[in-house]
Amino acid sequence: MNWTLALPEIVLALLGMAILVFGVLRKQDCFHLCSMLTIGAFVVTAALVLNGSGGLGFHGQFIADPFALFVKVLILATSGLGIIVSLDYNEHENLRRFEFPVLVLYATIGMLIMVSASNLMTLYLGVELNALAIYVLAAFARDDLRSSEAGLKYFVLGALASGLLLYGISLVYGFSGTMDFAVLADALADPKKVSAGLVVGIVFMISGLAFKVSAAPFHMWTPDVYEGAPTPVTSFMASAPKVAAMALFARVMFSPFGHLLAQWQSVLILISIASMLLGAFAAMGQGNIKRLMAYSSIGHMGYLLVGIAAGSAIGLRGILIYLVSYVFTNAGMFACIIGMRRGGRSVERIADLGGLGKTNPGMAAALTIFLFSMAGIPPFSGFIGKYFVFIAAVNSGLWTLAIIGMAASAVSAFYYIRIIKVMYFDPAAPRFDAQPASLSLVAGAGAIFTTMFFIFPAPIVAAAGAAAKAIFG
Amino acid sequence: MTDLGYPLLSLLTFLPLVGVAIILSVRGDEATGASNARWTALWTSLVVFVLSLVLWQKFDRSNGGFQFVESVAWMPEVGLTYKMGVDGISVLFVLLSTALTPLCILASWESITTRVRDYMVAFLVLETMMIGTFCALDFLVFYMFFEGVLIPMYLIIGIWGGPRRVYSAFKFFLYTLVGSLLMLLAILAIWNMTGTTDIVTLMHTNFPKSMQTWLFLAFFASFAVKMPMWPVHTWLPDAHVEAPTGGSVILAGVLLKMGAYGFLRFSLPMLPLASEYFAPVIYALSVVAVVYTSLVAFAQTDMKKLIAYSSVAHMGVVTIGIFTFNVQGLSGALFQMLSHGVVAGALFLCVGVVYDRLHTREIARYGGLAKIMPVYSLAFMLFTMASIGLPGTAGFAGEILVLIGSFKVNFWLALLGATGMILGAVYMLYLYRRVIFGVLNKPDLMGMLDLSAREIVVFAPLVILTLWMGVYPSSFTSFFDATVASLVDHHQAALAATTKLAGVVR
Repeated sequence: MNWTLALPEIVLALLGMAILVFGVLRKQDCFHLCSMLTIGAFVVTAALVLNGSGGLGFHGQFIADPFALFVKVLILATSGLGIIVSLDYNEHENLRRFEFPVLVLYATIGMLIMVSASNLMTLYLGVELNALAIYVLAAFARDDLRSSEAGLKYFVLGALASGLLLYGISLVYGFSGTMDFAVLADALADPKKVSAGLVVGIVFMISGLAFKVSAAPFHMWTPDVYEGAPTPVTSFMASAPKVAAMALFARVMFSPFGHLLAQWQSVLILISIASMLLGAFAAMGQGNIKRLMAYSSIGHMGYLLVGIAAGSAIGLRGILIYLVSYVFTNAGMFACIIGMRRGGRSVERIADLGGLGKTNPGMAAALTIFLFSMAGIPPFSGFIGKYFVFIAAVNSGLWTLAIIGMAASAVSAFYYIRIIKVMYFDPAAPRFDAQPASLSLVAGAGAIFTTMFFIFPAPIVAAAGAAAKAIFG
Repeated sequence: MTDLGYPLLSLLTFLPLVGVAIILSVRGDEATGASNARWTALWTSLVVFVLSLVLWQKFDRSNGGFQFVESVAWMPEVGLTYKMGVDGISVLFVLLSTALTPLCILASWESITTRVRDYMVAFLVLETMMIGTFCALDFLVFYMFFEGVLIPMYLIIGIWGGPRRVYSAFKFFLYTLVGSLLMLLAILAIWNMTGTTDIVTLMHTNFPKSMQTWLFLAFFASFAVKMPMWPVHTWLPDAHVEAPTGGSVILAGVLLKMGAYGFLRFSLPMLPLASEYFAPVIYALSVVAVVYTSLVAFAQTDMKKLIAYSSVAHMGVVTIGIFTFNVQGLSGALFQMLSHGVVAGALFLCVGVVYDRLHTREIARYGGLAKIMPVYSLAFMLFTMASIGLPGTAGFAGEILVLIGSFKVNFWLALLGATGMILGAVYMLYLYRRVIFGVLNKPDLMGMLDLSAREIVVFAPLVILTLWMGVYPSSFTSFFDATVASLVDHHQAALAATTKLAGVVR
């Protein structure tokens, strides 16, 4: 039993408990201090991840491979950004409680476990640990009706999804007699011998996972929860957990069920098409920017699922590159959205951005970059992510997906550039309050990354390629 | 890297971004910022222009292949290299872009008064994208520049445009985007088949016939919108009318050429069979464009709109020339593109001059300007004549070559294409008569001043170019003669190979 493979997770968990105890014992307010400590814990964990060795641990329940390494570093970086953007918001909205970073930390542990799962039980454990922390985070503004509603809604629907997932797991276990990914892959090597019950189990699992990544038609919770949750929580929910769930989704589909591509591919294609189209069309009428981001993220999940549906190492590489681009663009975008505050009150209507190009050129320029990137306009990173995903679709002969994906891109470009129109072409709305340094930092870093990604994509493309090969052997 | 020892094309492409960095780094109040932005943009674009003259000087005119080639591995996993280079087709468009940009900046000197910094930044970014489009020798690099043009142009139309700017900016963006996305699909298909996006390699790749058809249609969607060809031209009049003068000049001068350049660079050499197969369709659409849009231009009451429709008609002549697949037609099309770049640009500047003074483009609001603006009338007349295609002006050589080329293909095609010249004379002279001649009886016209020194500086190079291109066209055609010849040979060889193959099969 090689437990040292899980050292990063163990250390992070211990640090989390230490920060929690520290926060409880220290009587005065220590939100900032705990946030900083949490970021420090992430840095330590990332260092451990990068220096860790590979292999199977805990009797094959836990795997550390280049794929897990890539995704874990991405998750830790994203969670760190998530904490930075929360600093100022929580300060202003009276949410300055040290539990916030600790909850983010525990959600992050859940994600790390998800990524390293090589057994259906570990998978479930990770998913639940992650979800539990996020249920609380969504309802973190407990005096706010919308936030409480968001938390409750997410909890009820999340429990339903967990049920679906668990039911799927039990069916898979019942029809194959194992929960171990490697053993499953061996047992399912011949698709002809697979019973229908097991395929039904897989479909249930796909439904549960599709809920976690908020892909249509399991997306219903997304707009409400995104709108209701405190904005930093929305920002967090839209990035790190999506990365983890998408990585888990890919590993489950490719590693134990890889031989059954023919059985599940059409389901994935359907979900992907539905998500891309829903993301493109439903976002159009939105006036609230958080709701719009919710639909936009559904669309992005659709593009990512194209990579899974492709069922190849190229597809997985596309997913990873897309995720890298997505999280940084997303972090920057939300840093700007959190910065939408007027007279001390947060505003979140798109119309509030009117004339931002005049009143706050820096923020407007950053938002423009993020929006063009999300629309997939070159040379921004979003284009490169999309390119790599669609390469995979074409390579696997999934022309329908590629064509619908392009069409959805064109439609979604409409609502992205509509926001740019509001910022630059419309008359000026009153100024926003001055930006705190933390938000400017994240927005600036996101903008630089998004703009400059195309210059040096080679290391990330190579790392993603190596990570994808780890799954496909 | 290159024979020169330094990467000239990359330098040309990215030098404007240095100007952007300077403009953005200077802080200060509105007025000093604006003045600084103007001068920085002007100097940057002039330096780029002077640097681009190295191309004019050092370009080997007897060589039909790519020159000044640079190549750096970019994303080797997907066979993607950053590759730049110019041949006879593209080199003059690079020069056209670098020459028009400083003129546009100068033309926007006083007419753009709000957010000057942003305007100049957008313009320099636009210059980078334009030069990059013409220099790129990798399909995906080309696509990135080609699409990247949308960003600054969308903002230029939307922020500094006329009353219906938002509608026009959206229409421009979405039309072009939809076309480009289909081209991206084609690029993916090509990559999937060949594993590379290198243009030089792809030019010598034989694609199967059925695939050529699909690829051609996808390219066509993108380039036809960009050109624009009838019936997907409707974004153009809107965009032209609403864009500020500088934006219109660049739109007409350079952006419209990107579509035709795409046909020449990609459709013809890569997809010879499909090009041959679809040529009649292109002829039909082009003839409709020539005749129909000329008639529409005649009916316009807005000066910019009239010139915009005339651009569609002129581009129709260009597509006829390209798809004749003979030396005369192709040379004519190239020359017509260049001359249209200069002349249409100049005509939009002419409209800009009177618009700056009276703030209307309504033709009926003018009349009798010859009396008070003699220099302006002279310049306007020269460009009108060039637009009509009068011998001795830039417009003549291109049109006559295209007509000769199309005569070789089909008499009726040539005849219908030639009506464009007649109709062009009708609507342009009608425009000129109504604006410049007639009785000067409108009181608000009386106080209009003739061209200022700055405007004369803007027009002088265009006048010289127009006459030079008309009187001695070979100093321009000599650039692309070798390339056009090899393009035609390549096309014939590809067709011959298929016929032979068909014979064997039979």
